Order: sequence, then structure tokens, then C-alpha cells
Amino acid sequence: MGFYLRRIAFYLVTLWAAISLNFLLPRMMPGDPAAIMIGKLRRASGGRELSEETIKDIYALLGADKGTSMWDQYLAYWARLLQGDLGLSSTRYPYPVATLIGNALPWTLLMVGAATVISFALGIVIGAWVGWKRGTWLDQLVPATSLLQSIPYFWLALVLVAVFSVQLGWLPIVGAYDPFSFPSGPEWTPEFMLSALKHAFLPALTIVISSVGGWLLGMRNMMVSTMSEDYVLTAEAKGLKPGRIRDRYAARNAAIPSLAGFSIALGFVVAGSIVTEQVFSYPGIGKLMIQSVQGLDYTLMQGVFLVITLTVLAANFLMDLFYGLIDPRVRSHG
Amino acid sequence: MADRFASIRFLMPRWSGKLVVGLVMVGLITAFGLIAPLFAPDPRDSGNKGLRPPSAEHWLGTTKLGYDVFAQLATGTQGSLYVGLVGGLTAMLLAIVFGILAGYFGGWLDEVLMLATNIMLVIPGLPLVMVIAAYVQNTEGLGDFARSSTLVALILGITGWAGSAVVLRAQARSLRTREYVAAARVAGEGGLRIIFVEILPNLVPLIAAQLIFGVMAAVLGEAGLSYLGLGPTNSITLGTMLNDAQTGQAVGSRAWWWFVPPGAMIALLGTGLSLINFAIDEIVNPKLRLAPQAARRQRRAAKEGGLAGGGAYA
Repeated sequence: MGFYLRRIAFYLVTLWAAISLNFLLPRMMPGDPAAIMIGKLRRASGGRELSEETIKDIYALLGADKGTSMWDQYLAYWARLLQGDLGLSSTRYPYPVATLIGNALPWTLLMVGAATVISFALGIVIGAWVGWKRGTWLDQLVPATSLLQSIPYFWLALVLVAVFSVQLGWLPIVGAYDPFSFPSGPEWTPEFMLSALKHAFLPALTIVISSVGGWLLGMRNMMVSTMSEDYVLTAEAKGLKPGRIRDRYAARNAAIPSLAGFSIALGFVVAGSIVTEQVFSYPGIGKLMIQSVQGLDYTLMQGVFLVITLTVLAANFLMDLFYGLIDPRVRSHG
Repeated sequence: MADRFASIRFLMPRWSGKLVVGLVMVGLITAFGLIAPLFAPDPRDSGNKGLRPPSAEHWLGTTKLGYDVFAQLATGTQGSLYVGLVGGLTAMLLAIVFGILAGYFGGWLDEVLMLATNIMLVIPGLPLVMVIAAYVQNTEGLGDFARSSTLVALILGITGWAGSAVVLRAQARSLRTREYVAAARVAGEGGLRIIFVEILPNLVPLIAAQLIFGVMAAVLGEAGLSYLGLGPTNSITLGTMLNDAQTGQAVGSRAWWWFVPPGAMIALLGTGLSLINFAIDEIVNPKLRLAPQAARRQRRAAKEGGLAGGGAYA
């Protein structure tokens, strides 16, 4: 039980650190983000006076309200967060930050999530096979994967767009579905699904190509190490079938570290592929983050960063629970 | 004395094909970044005709605004290498401080340093960099420094050291229990002296590998950040070139000579660096080198002896 208590304590501390960082950053800067934000909101609302309450909100979130101590500001900040109040967005005025995030989240989860799962499955299967065949020409795949990994993934996206969308005209470039065929937004029809699938194909392909190498390499190296363990030799000496040794003895154990990596990758699905979403103007969390940073929409930026951090922490936490279950050694080593 | 050289040779990578190819690639790109800007035309001269494909006059064509792409590529490579080096070194120094102190001293210092490291490891990198960059770059009073490549490199370094620190800590912890370290402690050597004289030299291959990772991460990070418009404004890097290509609709206007070279340069640099890293990896983890060799030898023996080769060692 000590193991789980330690982990829970760690995640609570990390969460506190991330939120405090969110609180401190705008207040440490010599400029005045709150004033900038209020100015932006005023312009966004068309010169009308902002309500007293909105202005108070902004100060609570971004700080520098003269006369209040840092500590009081910190408490007020927590009070807002615990009520789920992330403030109003200035770039997408007058929508609340929470609504914007809620609208963007499903797109990212589906597209990046599917790509991550596909990439992981491909990498593990191919990696186990390449590790099994170590010492053959397949070893040359190892340096080849490093090329895949060093390609900037958004540049790969640009090249794919240039070839498949601009040159060949097979696939769409922008957005998550065709807004002209579906002017009223997403609906549950097969036509809409097809349109969404077509739009998600290239971004997902980019993510798969640029991340499969890492899984493949990790699995291959673990497989090579596992194959020189004594219990594999024993299995061999017992006369077990090679296929059984490969799947049940070597690959199963070699996949454990990759599984840990997979859970962390799942957590990063939301943080996702910020730059890929930018290339394809995919309306997900990453695009929202970029919009907020470019438009200096500090409240939106804080909100998105908070949601991203929360999901990563949650995924890590679930993984710790799961990992302790499949590999009991972890628990005893703390 | 001879003994000393033997131990140094043990730490040096073996001359494998991967290492040679990697060193040549990185060497050529570095030389290109250092020398080519000297004879290339002015990368900020917009007096040329815009959006021209490669020709004898402009080896890689021109951008929409009439900049010479070859000249931009040369200066951009230099800029990206600078960001990579500064960012990688910053990350490496922080990783050494956090990882080795935590690993060697253990106890409460280990707990505190590792807590900080794990927090940095869990908080997502690019969003954090974006948030910090957005705040810092709009800060008054920093002047030109606010949008300089040095600041971008520092932000990338400060946010990218945690993974290396974990690796270094594990190794430092295992070195701490070795007999020669215990002997040094019994001989009355102080903690810092033991770290610098007994432990650090043995970590050199590992630190080198982490530095290479750091440089790659910083080059890629800068490219991503610049592509999003958060990069340096007063210097040219491969990332700012890609950003220009994006804002100039290079893909839509089929100007492949504009957006393909900077990305390809980053990919080649990254490949070269990771090939060097593979060579270092095989020193740190000899199993990776020895196991395929053994499998190959065994298969050959089985073939020559006419034995039924098969099974796990085939």
C-alpha cells in the first residue's frame, strides 16, 4: 500500500506545482498581463464597458491587483479553479474558456488517440520480430528508424500535404470535416463520418510515421536483451517451439517497458500534436493552444495548459496502478 | 601510463560504420553552417525576383519575398546549430547537477532533487515552452533579448533536462557503491572531489549521449516553436525559414524548393547525431552489440557444421 500512497502524494505535489506555475508565471513578468487582457477584452466586446465582475475575474486569474497580497491572490486563484471557472477568452469573446476546451477535446482525443494506438501496435509487432531476427539484415532497420525519428513531424506533414493534397488532390488539407456539406456542424450520419475520416487521415498518418520508429527501436532492443536471459535458454533447451518462445517467453517480458511508455504517450494525446494540428488547421486542443498564444489570450492559454497537464498526470497515475499490477517488482522497489 | 590509455580507449566508441557515417554527416552539416554563409549571397537581400525555382543564379531558388533560399539555408543551419548547442549544453549542465548530486548523495537531497526532476518530466514539454515563451517574449524591459535565439535556446534547455537527469542518477547511484569509490571515501576524499575525480570520468559516454539527445531536442524544439511563430525574430534559423514558408503559402503554391531544404537539413542532422548515439549506446550497453554478433556467429557455425540450426538462436 505504501507504493500507492507515495505515488498519490507525488501526483498531488506535481499537480500543485503545475497550477502554482500557472499562477506565478504571469505575476513574475515585469509587464502586466492582466491589463493587456482587459484591454483585449474591451476591444473584443466592441468598446462597451466590461462588467465589474469580469474585471475581477481577470485579476484573480492573471494577478497584479494592487493592494492585495500575493497570498490572498493565490487563495482567490484556487477558489476560482475549484469552481471550474477558467474565465472568458479574448480571442473568441464572449465564450468561456471551459466551453472552448470542451468543443476541441473530442477532435484531438479521437484523431491523436487512434494514431497513437496504431503506431504503438505496429511498433511492438515489428520490433518484436526484428529483435527475434537479430544478427540478420533486419538489424539495418535500426539506424533507418533513427531517420524517421529525426524528421520534424510538422515538416513531414507539409511534405505529405504537398504530395497528397496539392499535387494529387486526393485528400483535404484544412479542418476536421467539410463545412460546406455540413454547415450546421457535426452530425451522426455515415456521410459525416466519412468526411471526418478523410480529414483525419493525413494528420494521423504524420503522427504514426514519426512515432512508430521509437516504439520499434525500444521493443527491438528489449527483445535482444530478453533473448539472452537464462530462462529463454532454458525454454530453448526444453525443446519448446520457437514461436512459443518468441511470443510467450521473450516478447511478453520485453513489452513491459514499452507498455509504460504507451501509457505516458496516451497521456500526451491531449497535449498532442500541437504543431500537426496547426499544419492541418485541425480544430483540436493544440490548435486552441496556438490560437491563445498567438493572440496573447492568457486566460485561454492557462486553461488549456491546465487541462493538458491534468490529463498527463491522470494517465501517468493510471499507468502506475496498472504497472504495479502487471510487474509486481515495481511495488517492492518503490 | 599504458594502463591509463587503455582505459581511455575503452571509453572511446569503436569505429563502426554507424559512427563513421554519423560523424561525417554531422561534420559536413557543421562545416556547411560555418563556411557557406561566408560566400553565399546576403540572406536578407530581397532584391531578387520572388518565388523562382532553382537556377544557376539561385541554387535553391528564391522565396516569395525574393530571399535566396540557399543563403537562408546556410545562415539558418548556423542559427539552428547555435540554438542546439546552447540548449543542449544548458540541459546537460542541469541534468548533471540534478542527476549526479541526487544519485551520489542519496537521502533527502535525492528525494528533493528527484521530486523536482519527476515534476519536470511529467509536465508536457511543448505546451510549457509555449506558455513560458509567450510570457517572456511579451515582457517589457528585455529589449532585443526577448526575441533572440539565445533566449529560445535557454528556455528549451531549462525545460528539457529531466530525462537525462534520471538516466545519470541511475548510473551515479550504481557507481557510488563500487569499491574504488568506497576506497576513495576511506582515503578521506571529500564528496565533491569524489564526484569530479572518481564518478564523472566514468559517466563521460553517458553524458555525451545525453548531450547529443539534448542538441537534437533543442534543434527540433526550436523548429517547432519557430514554426508556430514563437521563435527568434532577429536571427535566421531552419525553424524561422519553415515559418516563413508557412506564412508565405509555400505548400499551396508548390514551392517545394522553399520548404523541403530546411526540414531535410534538420532530418539529416538528427540522423547523423542519432547514429553517433547508437555507437555510444553500444558502449554503455554491450548486450546490444554482443548479442547480434553471437547470434550471427552461432548461425554460421550451425551452417558450417551442418547442424539443424533453428530455434531462438537462429
